[in-house]
Amino acid sequence: MSALNPEELQQARRAERRKRWLAFAFVVPLLVFILLSFVAPIGAMLYRSVHHPTVAELIPQTLTQLEAWDGQGLPAEQTLNTFTVELQALAKERLSGKLAEEFNRAYAGMSSVVKSSARKLRREKTEDLQSAGGQRLLSLHKRWNEPELWFQVKRAGAPYTYDYYLTALDLEISAEGGIQSREQAQIYRQLYGKTLNMALIITLFCALLGYPLAYFLANLPDKKANLLMILVLLPFWTSLLVRTTAWIALLQTNGVINSFLMGIGLTSEPLEMLYTPFATVVAMTHILLPFMVLPLYSVMRGIDPSYLRAAMSLGAKPIPAFVRIYFPMTLPGLSAGALLVFIISVGYYITPALVGGTDGQMISNIIAFHMQSSNNWELAAALGSLLLGLILLLYWVYDRFVGASNIKLG
Amino acid sequence: MAHPAYYGLWHKLGSALLKGSSYVVLLFLILPILVIVPLSFNAEPFFTFTEGMLRFDPDAYSLRWYEQIFTDPKWLLSIKNSFIIGLFSTLLATVLGTCAAIGLARDEMPGRRFITALLLSPMIVPLIITAAGMFFFYSKFNLAATYTGIVIAHAALGTPFVIITVTATLAGFDMSLVRAALNLGAAPLKVFFDVIMPLIRPGVISGALFAFITSFDEVVVILFMAGPQQRTIPRQMFSGLREQINPTILAVATLLIVLSVILLLTLEWLRRRSQHMRGIEN
Amino acid sequence: MRIKTLTRISTVALSAALFGTSLSAQAEQTLTVVSWGGAYGAAQKTHMVDPFQKESGTKVLFEDYSGGIAEMKAQVESGNIQWDVVDVEVIDLERACSEGLLEEIPRDILPAGVDGTPAADDFIPDALSSECAIGNIVWSVVFAYNKDTIGATPAASVKDFFDTSKIAGKRALRKRPQVNMEWALLADGVAPKDVYELLATPEGQDRAFKKLDTIKKDIVWFDSWSQAPQLLNDGGAVLVQSANGRFYDAIRKENKPFEIVWDGHVFDLDAWSVLKGTKNKEEAFKFIAFATQSKPLAGMSDVAYGPTRKSSTPLMDPAAAPHLPTAHLDKGLRASSEFWADYGESLGEKFNEWLLK
Repeated sequence: MSALNPEELQQARRAERRKRWLAFAFVVPLLVFILLSFVAPIGAMLYRSVHHPTVAELIPQTLTQLEAWDGQGLPAEQTLNTFTVELQALAKERLSGKLAEEFNRAYAGMSSVVKSSARKLRREKTEDLQSAGGQRLLSLHKRWNEPELWFQVKRAGAPYTYDYYLTALDLEISAEGGIQSREQAQIYRQLYGKTLNMALIITLFCALLGYPLAYFLANLPDKKANLLMILVLLPFWTSLLVRTTAWIALLQTNGVINSFLMGIGLTSEPLEMLYTPFATVVAMTHILLPFMVLPLYSVMRGIDPSYLRAAMSLGAKPIPAFVRIYFPMTLPGLSAGALLVFIISVGYYITPALVGGTDGQMISNIIAFHMQSSNNWELAAALGSLLLGLILLLYWVYDRFVGASNIKLG
Repeated sequence: MAHPAYYGLWHKLGSALLKGSSYVVLLFLILPILVIVPLSFNAEPFFTFTEGMLRFDPDAYSLRWYEQIFTDPKWLLSIKNSFIIGLFSTLLATVLGTCAAIGLARDEMPGRRFITALLLSPMIVPLIITAAGMFFFYSKFNLAATYTGIVIAHAALGTPFVIITVTATLAGFDMSLVRAALNLGAAPLKVFFDVIMPLIRPGVISGALFAFITSFDEVVVILFMAGPQQRTIPRQMFSGLREQINPTILAVATLLIVLSVILLLTLEWLRRRSQHMRGIEN
Repeated sequence: MRIKTLTRISTVALSAALFGTSLSAQAEQTLTVVSWGGAYGAAQKTHMVDPFQKESGTKVLFEDYSGGIAEMKAQVESGNIQWDVVDVEVIDLERACSEGLLEEIPRDILPAGVDGTPAADDFIPDALSSECAIGNIVWSVVFAYNKDTIGATPAASVKDFFDTSKIAGKRALRKRPQVNMEWALLADGVAPKDVYELLATPEGQDRAFKKLDTIKKDIVWFDSWSQAPQLLNDGGAVLVQSANGRFYDAIRKENKPFEIVWDGHVFDLDAWSVLKGTKNKEEAFKFIAFATQSKPLAGMSDVAYGPTRKSSTPLMDPAAAPHLPTAHLDKGLRASSEFWADYGESLGEKFNEWLLK
C-alpha cells in the first residue's frame, strides 16, 4: 500500500469526521428527547434524595441561632423564644402541619407535639412569645425539654443531607453523632433482602420451566415449533393487567382453582392463595417466562443437533454428553434470560401490588407507598436510588455479556 | 420421531418426559389467559364459574358486562384516551427511534455502545422509579395531568423497542446501496423513503406495534401522572381490581386478548415477510 | 412516490388535527369532584352531581378515591392539581386543613334552608366547625356479619370482633389506624369517653396494638369501603368493617342477609372541601353551595346517612330513620378530628411498622 500524502490524509480524516457527524446527527433528536423526558426527571429525583431545604425555609431564624448552640443541654432561651415566634407565624399561615411532619421525621413522635403546641401558641400575643416564648414552650409538652430533639432539628435544618439514605438502610445518627442501626423496627434492609430473594425464586422457576420448553421447541420441526411458539408469544403480547386479572380470578378464595379443588373433593376448605407471596411468585413467573424462553430458544435453534448426536454415537452417555457439550453452548441464552427476568422482577410493581397482599410486597411497592400514602418523597427517592443503583449494575453486566440491543422481542 | 439405534430405553422415556412437561408449561402459559374468556360471559357478578355455567345453561351466560363497558362514560373515556395516547406516543417513538437506529447502525457512530445502552435504559429502569421521577419533573413544567405530558412519557418508554426491532432489520442491510443511490444523484430524503424504508419497514412496523402496546398497557406512569381526564384502560382496570372486582374487567380483558391476538398475527406475518424479503427460507 | 408522500403528509396533518381537537375538547368547563364511590357515590350522583350539572351546565367528572390525605397532599405540594372538590372524612379534615391543603370556604355562599332558616342556624354546629369544609353527612363506621353463615352465636359487641374463640374466622378492616385503634381500646374495656385521652399516651397506643395483635393473623385488610360488602358477600371475612350506609344499601337493595352491629360504632361527619390552588375555585364553591342545600342532603338518607341541616329532616324517607347513626348515638363513640390531626401522622407510621412486623 502506498503512503498517502498529507493532503489526502487530511481529506480522509475530514470525510471520516463528516461521517461521524452524520451518524451522530441521526441519533441526536432521540438523545435529546430521552435526556429531557427520561434522564432529567430521574436525575431530579436523585437530587431530591439528598436535597431537602424545607426545614431551612420554615424556621430560618431558629436555625441561624441554633448554630451557636454547642449541643450540651437545651439551646439558649433566646433561641427557643425565636422558635415559638416562628412556630406561631407558621400556625397562622397553616404551615405548622408541614413543620410537624418534618420534625416527626427527624425525631419520631414529634408530630402531635408540634401540632398541639402550634394550636395553643396561635392564640398567644407575639410580644409575649418574643420575651418568654421558650418558657411557655417547655411547659406545653415535656418532649420539648429533650436535648436530642434539638440536635436532630439542627441536623434536619441542613438543606443537603444523606439522612434519607440512612433511613433507607435502617440506620440512624445517634446523639453522639455516630451511625448506628435504627432502634425501631428494621424494615428496609429486610425488604431489600426479601425482594432479591423473591426475584431469585422467580428467576429460578422461569429457568426450570423455560429451559426444557425451549429445548423441546428448538428441536421440533419448523412448522410445529412456530405454531407452538404462538402459545409463548400470546401471553407475551397480552396486557400485563389482563394476566394479573387472570391470576386473581384463578387464585381468589372462591376462584376457579379453589372451586375446582373442592369440586373434585381434594380439599374441603378453600386454600388461601391470593394476597400471599405465593401469588406474587406464581403470577410473576407466568408473566416473565417468555423473557426466559425467547433468548433460550433462539440460542438453542442455532446449535446443530448433530453435536450431541456425534458425541453420543461416539459412546458418550446422554446425560454427561448433555451437561458437557450442549448445556455450555446454551449458557449465553440462559444467562441473558435469567438476567433479564431478574432485572425486571426486582423492580416490579403492579403485580405484587394487586396480588401480593401485605406479605407479598416488594421494594417497588414501598417506594410507591412513600410516594402516594406517606408522602415521604425524599425517602422514596433514596429507596429508589438504591434500587436504581442495583438495576444499573445488573444492566451493566447484561450489556457486557449479552449486549443491550440483543434483547429478544419474539 | 424415529430414534437412531443408539437411543436407549431411558432416552425414549426421557424425551417422552420432556414432551409431557413442555406441554404442561405451555398450558401454564396459556390457560390462565383463556380462562378469562368464558368468565366474562358470566351472568352473575362473580369472578368464577357458576354451576349454571358448568351445566352450559344459556341463562347463566350473558353479555351484560360488555354492555356495561359501552354504556359507562368512564370506560368510554378511557378507551378513547388509550387509543389517542397510544397513537401519538407511537408516532413520536417510531420517528425518533427509527432515525436513531439508523445512526446507531453505522460503525462510525461515536460512543455507540454507551449511547445505545442509554437509549435502551427506559426499558430496564423500574417503572416505579421512572414514574416517580416524571411525576415531579413534569409537574414542575405543568405537563403532568396533560395529554402532551403523557404522550411524551409513553414515547420515551416506547423508543427502546423501536430501536431494537429496527436495528435487527438493519443488521442485514447493505449500506453500499445507500451510497450507490446517493452517488447516482438521488436526494437524501428520496433515498431514505425509496431505498432504506422498504428494507427496514418490517422492523419499523413491529417496533411501532411494540411502542403502541407499551403505551396501551402502561399503568404506573399513568397512576402517578395522569389526572381523571387522562384515565386509560389499564388505569381503569387497576382501580377496578383494587376496589370493586366485577366481571366488567373480565370483559375488558377479553377484548384486550382479542387485540393482542390480532397484533401477534400481524407481527408473525411481518416476520415471515421480512425473512422472505431477505431471502431467508423459513 | 408523489402520491405516497401526499398520503403520508395528509395522515400526519390529520392526526395532528385530531390531537388538537382532542386537546381543546378538554378545555370546556369541567369540575372534578371526588368522593367515595359505591352506594354512597351513587346517592351523591343522583341527588347532588346530576342536578348540579343540569342546572349549571358545568360538566362534572365524578371520581372515586379511598380516603386519606395523601393524594391531596401530593397534588398540592407538587403543584399538579387534578381535583377540585373532595368529600373528606372529618377524621382527616383537621389534618388536611392544618397542613394547608384546603381552601377556606366562605360561609356566605350557603343559601338558607328550604324552610327559610338562615344557613348558620340550619346546619348542625359540627358541620360548620372547620373553616375548610361544609359538613355533608353524619355517618358511622360499624361492622356487620352474614346472618346465614355466622352460626349459632352472632356477634353482639365490638368485644366479639376481637374474640376469635367466640367467633372464629377472618375479620376485615380498612388498612389504617383510624377507628381500628379506637376499637381495640373499646374492646379492651376502655370507656368511650377515655379512649382518645388514652390513645394520646404511648402506653395507650401499645395497649391498642397489643389488642390488635391478638387478631392480627385473622385480619383481612382492604383499602376502600366499597370492597367491604363484597368481602362479606363472598365469604372473604366473617366480620367486616365498613360505613353503615354500604351495608344498609346491600341489605335494602340487594336483600343481603347482613346484620349491622352498632355497639362501639364510631360516628363522624363527611364534608365537602376544596383543594388548595385549584383553578376552578369559584365553580367548586358553587357546587358545594348547591350540594349542601336541604333537599340534596335529605337524599343521603337513601344510604342511611343523616343530613347536616335540620331543615332536611322532614324531607327524608321516614323508613330510613332507625338506620341513621343518630338513632344509635348512645352505643357509639364520636370520632375526634383534633386527635387524628395531631396523631394521624405518627400513629400512621407506627401502624405501618406494626403491619410489616
